[in-house]
Amino acid sequence: MKLYLQILMTAILTGNFVLCKFLGICPFLGVSKKLNTAVGMSAAVVFVMALATAVTYPINTFLVAKELDYLQTIVFILVIAALVQLVEIILKKFMPPLYNALGIYLPLITTNCAVLGVVLLNITENYSFAQSMCNSVGAGLGFMLAMVIFSGVRSRLEGCDIPKFLQGLPIVLIAASIVSVSFMGFTGIVEGILGL
Amino acid sequence: MAEKKKSLGKEFTKGIIIENPVLRLVLGTCPTLAVSTSVVNAIGMGLSAMIVLVCSNIVISCLRKIIPSKVRIPAYIVIIASFVTIVQMIVKAFVPALDSALGVYLPLIVVNCIILGRAEAFAGKNSVIASAVDGLGMGIGFTVALCCMATVREILGAGTFLADAQNLLVLFGENTLGGFNGFTVIKDSAMLKPMTILIMAPGGFFTFGILMACANKIAESKGKPKAELKGCEACPMAKNCALIAKGENCGSKEEKEEAKA
Repeated sequence: MKLYLQILMTAILTGNFVLCKFLGICPFLGVSKKLNTAVGMSAAVVFVMALATAVTYPINTFLVAKELDYLQTIVFILVIAALVQLVEIILKKFMPPLYNALGIYLPLITTNCAVLGVVLLNITENYSFAQSMCNSVGAGLGFMLAMVIFSGVRSRLEGCDIPKFLQGLPIVLIAASIVSVSFMGFTGIVEGILGL
Repeated sequence: MAEKKKSLGKEFTKGIIIENPVLRLVLGTCPTLAVSTSVVNAIGMGLSAMIVLVCSNIVISCLRKIIPSKVRIPAYIVIIASFVTIVQMIVKAFVPALDSALGVYLPLIVVNCIILGRAEAFAGKNSVIASAVDGLGMGIGFTVALCCMATVREILGAGTFLADAQNLLVLFGENTLGGFNGFTVIKDSAMLKPMTILIMAPGGFFTFGILMACANKIAESKGKPKAELKGCEACPMAKNCALIAKGENCGSKEEKEEAKA
């Protein structure tokens, strides 16, 4: 149990996907302008990450058994893309409210490096199925945390008097660097809380 | 003929400066931030991405009349993923140290928006030679931008320049260039220490922000518009994206409207 909690919390805090591993920067900079879009996008990311891990884990086992592991990249990206499309169609047909909340973000996520990244990292880390799921959900939640914090920072930035030199994207990146510094402060916190 | 040559030259140079993928089009930010901790990693990543970009541009351009436009994105992804796998295997076999340094970012070239973006914006519409030249220019532009970032971060953050150059030079045999393995710029002493934070995550965002500001300044002095996060427009999935249809472009639509007003 402790191990799973450790994986989950590491993925959220110390190994945050956006702020420590630089995965999924595009949506982080692009969709974080408003709180509601930030939350919608991150919810969709959590969902797709969990689903992608659940599906690719057995596929990877099969590939490794057949000694086809060099096909991992190509198979995973296709499976994730197909899966996302399928989920979108199903949601549209059977669960319109959920589709309206999450669906619009789904196509964006297909080619998001965070999703493929979490799947590949699970394999390099040699996680079991349960551990992989923990890591994926944690990574998604970490993404959500970063997005929500950053959308708050950005709404503050809107009203600021920013030097002309830094207006636009540069100040957003510098703000991201300061948020990232705050995440560095979490170093050791997981071990501390769980008493490892 | 002369005119054609000139336009090819233009395709080539635009990727390096005017439409630099990282600093002007704001594409491929993830690998830029992640691997720019040392110049050698940056060169390795830039070259790998360039090979994939050139090869996929050529193949996609060859097949542009055969691939139906409805299934083009999955088709592009398959082509790109195949080349990424090839490059990954080559790197693993010949430059194993680079493979472990780049880690997960090497297979993630698949989802690098520069490559899919160029396939969608250029290779799917233009001739084979033009696409190859475009890919080469964009690849070099990506490598140059990565090296700019990495130079700043490595010198200030680690106090070295081109450290572990043998990781790459091993391609040309053992001990090339007399076993050259980088310079030490800042000697770690009690007086002067390298700023480690620059090679950590926050330093990446910070350096990128400052570099972007400088690029904007240069562009401004030449009368070009600032680089803005195009987000959705540059994103290859843009046409399928309901965010744009809803008018909630995740890029900077409002800012653009402000600029227009």
